[in-house]
Amino acid sequence: MEKRLRRTMMFVPGNNPSMMCDAHIYGPDSIMFDLEDSVSINEKDAARLLVYHALKTIDYGNVERVVRVNPLNTAYGKLDVQAMVLAGVQVIRMPKTETAEEIVELEEEIERIEKQNNIPVGRTLIMAAIESALGVVNAYKIATASSRMMGIALGAEDYCANLKTHRSRDGAELLLARQTIVVAARAAGIDALDTVFSDLNDMEAFKEDVRFIKQLGFDGKSIINPRQIRPVNEVFTPTAAEIDKAKRIVAALKEAELKGSGVVALNGKMIDKPVVLRAQRVLDFARAVHIVVD
Amino acid sequence: MKNKPSVTSGVNTKIPAEILEKFNMPAYFESWNPRVRPRDHMSRNEMQKNSNKIVSLEQSIIKSGLKDGMTISFHHHFREGDHVVNMVMDKLAKMGFKNLNIAPSSLSNVHAPLIEHIKNGVIKSISTSGLRGKLAEEISHGLMEEPVVFRSHGGRAAAIKEGHVKIDVAFLSASSCDYVGNANGYSRDGEEKSVCGSMGYAIVDSRYADKVVILTDNIVGYPNTPFAIAESNVDYIVKVDEVGDASKISSGATRFTTNPHDLLLAHTAAEAVVNSGYFRDGFSLQTGSGGASLAVTRYIKDYMIAQNIKASYALGGITGQMVALHEEGLIKKLLDVQSFDLVAAQSLKNNRFHHQIAADYYADPFERGSAMNLLDVVILSALECDVDFNVNVLTGSDGVIRGAIGGHPDTAAGAALSVIVCPLIRGRIPCIVEKVNTVVTPGYSVDLIVTDQGIAVNPRRPEIKEKLIAANLPVVDIHELREKAERIVGKPENLPWGDKVVGVVTSRDGAVLDVIYNVENK
Repeated sequence: MEKRLRRTMMFVPGNNPSMMCDAHIYGPDSIMFDLEDSVSINEKDAARLLVYHALKTIDYGNVERVVRVNPLNTAYGKLDVQAMVLAGVQVIRMPKTETAEEIVELEEEIERIEKQNNIPVGRTLIMAAIESALGVVNAYKIATASSRMMGIALGAEDYCANLKTHRSRDGAELLLARQTIVVAARAAGIDALDTVFSDLNDMEAFKEDVRFIKQLGFDGKSIINPRQIRPVNEVFTPTAAEIDKAKRIVAALKEAELKGSGVVALNGKMIDKPVVLRAQRVLDFARAVHIVVD
Repeated sequence: MKNKPSVTSGVNTKIPAEILEKFNMPAYFESWNPRVRPRDHMSRNEMQKNSNKIVSLEQSIIKSGLKDGMTISFHHHFREGDHVVNMVMDKLAKMGFKNLNIAPSSLSNVHAPLIEHIKNGVIKSISTSGLRGKLAEEISHGLMEEPVVFRSHGGRAAAIKEGHVKIDVAFLSASSCDYVGNANGYSRDGEEKSVCGSMGYAIVDSRYADKVVILTDNIVGYPNTPFAIAESNVDYIVKVDEVGDASKISSGATRFTTNPHDLLLAHTAAEAVVNSGYFRDGFSLQTGSGGASLAVTRYIKDYMIAQNIKASYALGGITGQMVALHEEGLIKKLLDVQSFDLVAAQSLKNNRFHHQIAADYYADPFERGSAMNLLDVVILSALECDVDFNVNVLTGSDGVIRGAIGGHPDTAAGAALSVIVCPLIRGRIPCIVEKVNTVVTPGYSVDLIVTDQGIAVNPRRPEIKEKLIAANLPVVDIHELREKAERIVGKPENLPWGDKVVGVVTSRDGAVLDVIYNVENK
């Protein structure tokens, strides 16, 4: 599966053409067009058509296109999946996922459509939003339910309602779910994405939240407004000192490879594999914001 | 020598006749010159009570000698809050004047009542920087026999100075005026009733008009210093109830944006400026009105702090944001031809290095030393731009006049680096097009067009293109942008132009740049 950065996944309502036609210009890593909760019952068909044509018409460049479909057990779910696979969406996001079976069912549906339409099988990836206690308990099974799985995300609003609590400023009630999701994602070798932060007027609190989830190990955050992109990228951008160190580690790795040596050493100290991996990741984040590292 | 013919003066001195002849002067006698006011020992207080300059509006019109067919002028420093244009035109209509030419510095939505005066033959022609609202729509649909002549602020100042626009009577509103005529857009003698800040455009009118009438709602004690307009240029003073509504100065074009689209444009433009080579300690800058160009200031500020760079001056329409930078020590001086909001107006009143300048000092194209010629960076908005970098700020996508030239072409040409911020599309309208509806600012004076989907660099500035590419900024070809816009929203239908010229767009140096045709009703 292609490796890519997913620091920001921006929600765009599937019934808002003006937002859909320029969502990519703000530079999110992924755009998530929503056919589910932000679209009212009487606009489901119109939104599906709009997103289909947006995906077919607009050049979103390198930005990843994700669509959140309606659950398969609704009247719209399968129609959504069919239209989006045909439109060539990169990722289908399953909302309110609670069991691995739901992912298996989605995969069968996608595969059927791909085969029927001569689309390479496996082109369409899947991500799951976990929004309930049962989903958290099943996180690892969900994360490994299909080879198409590219990530799992926390949906905190429904999760909190299900827990019989509400969201607090410091997010204590989310800690277990967040850590469970990161661990499940890492165990499955896929990405972990955090939930949205809705207060657009408190950018400092937002940044604090992003720093926290980055420390927990998340790959990125779901966002609701273009103004949240820059703060997230700032948090995920490594410092000059981190970049410098990472460059030296990667250089040492290359030197070791040239020498045919299995041991990577820097300043006389042996470097472990995890350190090398972290250094490469630091350089990926730096490159993403056009910092010259090569 | 003593035998030479001489004259004994009123102070008992003998002045040789040949000296009087050589210098063409009479010998001195008390009251030899009737134009000098005889001494009357009146105190300052008595003088104020007895000022013969203070008259009613009707008297001022009669005394000014205004006749049918003459030219009158106004300023637009109160923007949408202006009361004076409508007040004076109503009076002139009642008094039976016909065929007047009006030459305001600009007109706004609030001036819709002029439609009736045009229909009734009171107004024959208009020259202005811009038109908005109902008046603009009616004119676009062919209301007037004579086309409206559009001039930039610098172009208007030059046209007045060179006599191309000859103002017979200027009716200028002022926030304060003393009894001899020293007038200003604020007052340091207590609270004004209606404040507008700088009166930069009106200063030129006061110097070159045959007769000048100041309308004010606030007559203050002499001397009203500092003043924008000196008493020596003022013929009559008219006391009115209210010259304008100050709260409407910052409406419309100078709003403060939270729109992510505008913020993206502003941030990209700031990055372009910072990496252009002109972002150095002591640089000078101006931002135009319009959400995105105003917002650029916010981002440039962060870079100024980070790189320890301070600006020598900010020019033009001064905004509250510029004032904030000035008060934080990031901009040394403010040169203010027009205060864009009340914060700016208050700052002009209170800040020592916030200086009021006249329109010709600002942007006279024939003065090498105009402040705009010493400008490093200007950031301006646009309605649409074309692949030749021409910019339109005057006519909308429907062909109807809905804007003002302002200082756009003046500062674009004067600044070392001119940056236009413009979205690729607005709603379903492409803004980067093959050819703009109306050329207001010629492409040769535009260096960068910053869109939300990349920065186009004028081929005349390859060195800037290199710098922006080196800084990893998204430089794109202007033709690519045009194609991209067309791919998204398609090609608009041709506009329903008629064949009657309703507007003539002049260049800042007084040539015809473009014409605007009437739009036919569908």
